Amino acid sequence: MRRRILPLLVLLLGIASMPTDADTEWNLSEVCPAGFHLKDGACYLQSFYSDYVSLQSSGVGGLKTGLPLLREGFSAQQIDLGRLLFFDPILSLDGDMACSSCHQPARGFADGLAGSIGRHGEVMHRSAPTLWNVGFLRQLFWDARASSLEEQMQGPLFSQEEMANTPTQLLASLQQNDNYRHLFRLAFGESEIDLQQVYTALTAFESSLVSLSSRYDLYANGFHEVLTQPEIEGMNVFRSFVARCAECHTPPAFTNQQIAVIGTPEPDGVPLDAGVQAITGDASQRGGFRVPTLRNIELTAPYMHSGRFKTLRETVAFYTGGRGHAVPKGEHLSLHWHIWEPNLTDHELDLLVAFLKTLTDQSFTPVLPTKVPSGLQPVATQILTH
Amino acid sequence: MKKIIPMGLLWLGLLLAVPSLMAAEISVKDGDSIQSAVNKANTGDVILVYPGTYKESVYVDKDGITIRGVVQDGEWPVMEGEGVRNDAILYSGNDFTVEWLTITHYKGNAIMGQAGNNFVIRYNKVIDTGVYGIFPQFGKNGLIEYNVLSGIEDAAIYVGMCDNVDVRHNEVFDNVAGIEIENTRHALVENNYAHDNTAGLLVFITPGLPIKTTYDVILRNNFVVNNNTANFGAAGSIVSKVPPGIGIVVMAADDVIVEGNIVSGNKTAGIVITDLAFITDISSDPDSEPNPDRMVFLDNLMFDNGADPVADVKALMLTQFSRRGPDILANLGSAQEPDNCIINRERYTRFGVKKWSECERKDTSDILTMRIPGGAPNEVVTTENRTKLLYQGICAGCHAYNLRMIGPPTLTVQALYRNDAQGIADYIAAPHKVRTDYPAMPPQGHLSPELRREVAEYMLGVTK
Repeated sequence: MRRRILPLLVLLLGIASMPTDADTEWNLSEVCPAGFHLKDGACYLQSFYSDYVSLQSSGVGGLKTGLPLLREGFSAQQIDLGRLLFFDPILSLDGDMACSSCHQPARGFADGLAGSIGRHGEVMHRSAPTLWNVGFLRQLFWDARASSLEEQMQGPLFSQEEMANTPTQLLASLQQNDNYRHLFRLAFGESEIDLQQVYTALTAFESSLVSLSSRYDLYANGFHEVLTQPEIEGMNVFRSFVARCAECHTPPAFTNQQIAVIGTPEPDGVPLDAGVQAITGDASQRGGFRVPTLRNIELTAPYMHSGRFKTLRETVAFYTGGRGHAVPKGEHLSLHWHIWEPNLTDHELDLLVAFLKTLTDQSFTPVLPTKVPSGLQPVATQILTH
Repeated sequence: MKKIIPMGLLWLGLLLAVPSLMAAEISVKDGDSIQSAVNKANTGDVILVYPGTYKESVYVDKDGITIRGVVQDGEWPVMEGEGVRNDAILYSGNDFTVEWLTITHYKGNAIMGQAGNNFVIRYNKVIDTGVYGIFPQFGKNGLIEYNVLSGIEDAAIYVGMCDNVDVRHNEVFDNVAGIEIENTRHALVENNYAHDNTAGLLVFITPGLPIKTTYDVILRNNFVVNNNTANFGAAGSIVSKVPPGIGIVVMAADDVIVEGNIVSGNKTAGIVITDLAFITDISSDPDSEPNPDRMVFLDNLMFDNGADPVADVKALMLTQFSRRGPDILANLGSAQEPDNCIINRERYTRFGVKKWSECERKDTSDILTMRIPGGAPNEVVTTENRTKLLYQGICAGCHAYNLRMIGPPTLTVQALYRNDAQGIADYIAAPHKVRTDYPAMPPQGHLSPELRREVAEYMLGVTK
């Protein structure tokens, strides 16, 4: 099996692609996706947080804090084209993998696996991260080696173990497709399709995956009654200076976008992943990874860079296991100072899990295409229950 | 001079309708819960906490709340953590004031802010409480004054990632760090008494934090005396790596003015200026600029420092042919460069300041405060405006007034439902597809019936 076959119970909601053009059944939406307003021909986010600021425009703070800078200002057409590309396996060499193979809407835009499945069914070393709110991130990949979505996507697109395409082949397959030629013209004007346009469209779509309407967000904006007492207690454990979760998973994005060395264990028999050190060569960054967002974390088990923890409960328990308790013998890691001995009780761990589940919100899930311009079968577009 | 009433609150008062600003007083007596009072309170209210013992953690996620202890005949209200509760006071709201409390035996912090601008923390006694005593984080415009803190295993007063903060008239002793200004801009640390800590005053850039800079800090007229307590910081913490016996440490921070302090009896050194290499075994952060730049050392009274320094400084003394440890130690690299300045340097035992220039500035009498006149402007959420926020935060994501978005225009919805707010409230709990040319609406059943009704009424009243 090249990839896991998902049940393709498709949504019959192709509104954004209503046939209007005489030459082709394909068209692009002129309407911005949910959560975005059209202004001067481009789409901009409207959210609970739009009127708030943050200290030094850092996008970190407390309950009513402005968001980190979002990749926005794309046209509705570019976003919609990105949506079609995202689910279209034409992007892979073998025509059987799409972005959505590992970033599945039904699994919080992750894939539910410890290590994602590569081109020939091999298991990769790291877990696919969620794409919810990815447009707020300044660094991508677990080891932070990409500084834009455009740069990031060239990893999986052209990696031999993943989609295995080449820039030339990718471009050729899109240029040879009448539907895509038409759609790229709608999104980018009368020029030959180029790779930058592909990257821009996918970036535009991925940046539109915004989740900021959770029950937590309602609480943060003054609707205190929407959280239960245990959930509020969990939030207080989360932001306490005992558990210290909020020190790195800082609202409103629930990541401070820094590198942290925390010393989580690898799966049994797997050697330590050097993380950021493998990129920078800096020994103090050994075992360092980008702090991931906790938005929609309920949907994206298993957890940590190599999916070692199956449940949220196991994951939060790691932090009270003692500083460095899972660091292999003979390894020295410059562990983050917030990794300490908080001595959380079992009850507090349960409360933390209860709170984390208040961060679930998929209300702006995009319309999942029933078909894609290549004529291939769209990937991972099964029905969602909100 | 702004006193008593936080200016942000006055500012708020000008903007908002009256009812919530008829500030109420809510009394909390021994046996009652402070949290229950907070839950009842509205913007502008004052919670009066009478003498007694309060065994709880209190969180304040509203704007414009004051918690004020009532001290009667020397009896204080005491928040007691019994070694099991996490933080005593946790606030995120703007215009928050907490004063006249005794706080003791918490595992985490005594008073902790996460965002929350225009905070005032004063007249509190914090004893033997966990990690930090007073720790505002991500706050703009704050005042910390007349607090007494002891027995804290990290910083007693820790201003972390804030802007525009005055810290004055506090006493901090028997802590690992007395007062720490970290990744913070525009701070005035004045008239404090920092004694018998491991280190008295710290001005740091700590790497790995999302806000990267510390600059424009004045340390003025403080007593920084006999800070020689053995380091009892938690393993792995930043301050656990600070050697004992230092009055003032400036690490990587820029534009720090040191004036009018009495710095004496600190056995390793009076003042150390250093780059990030001072803290070892910490993951490096290429976005943190490691060098301290543009120190300004005006007149200070320094004597009897460096009497029994830690080994590193002893070794340094040998290279300097000195029998005494230093009043001032500029530790390698940019700390020794001429962008730093000092006046009357001959008065001090000093290492590494040979290249420092003469300061043009002779005093800082022109700077009275680092706080912002009028306070930091805030978006304030009150019970009155929260429905509007709900509409803007959720509904307006898909509905514009007279424009097609992902959902139909508000005008269309208004025409369809006319005065039937309940109809909208019912529909949004479990939407079904009405129009073939629009996607189905995500259900809002997690909103209570009252909230759905509130926002539906709001939607029917929208006029632009």
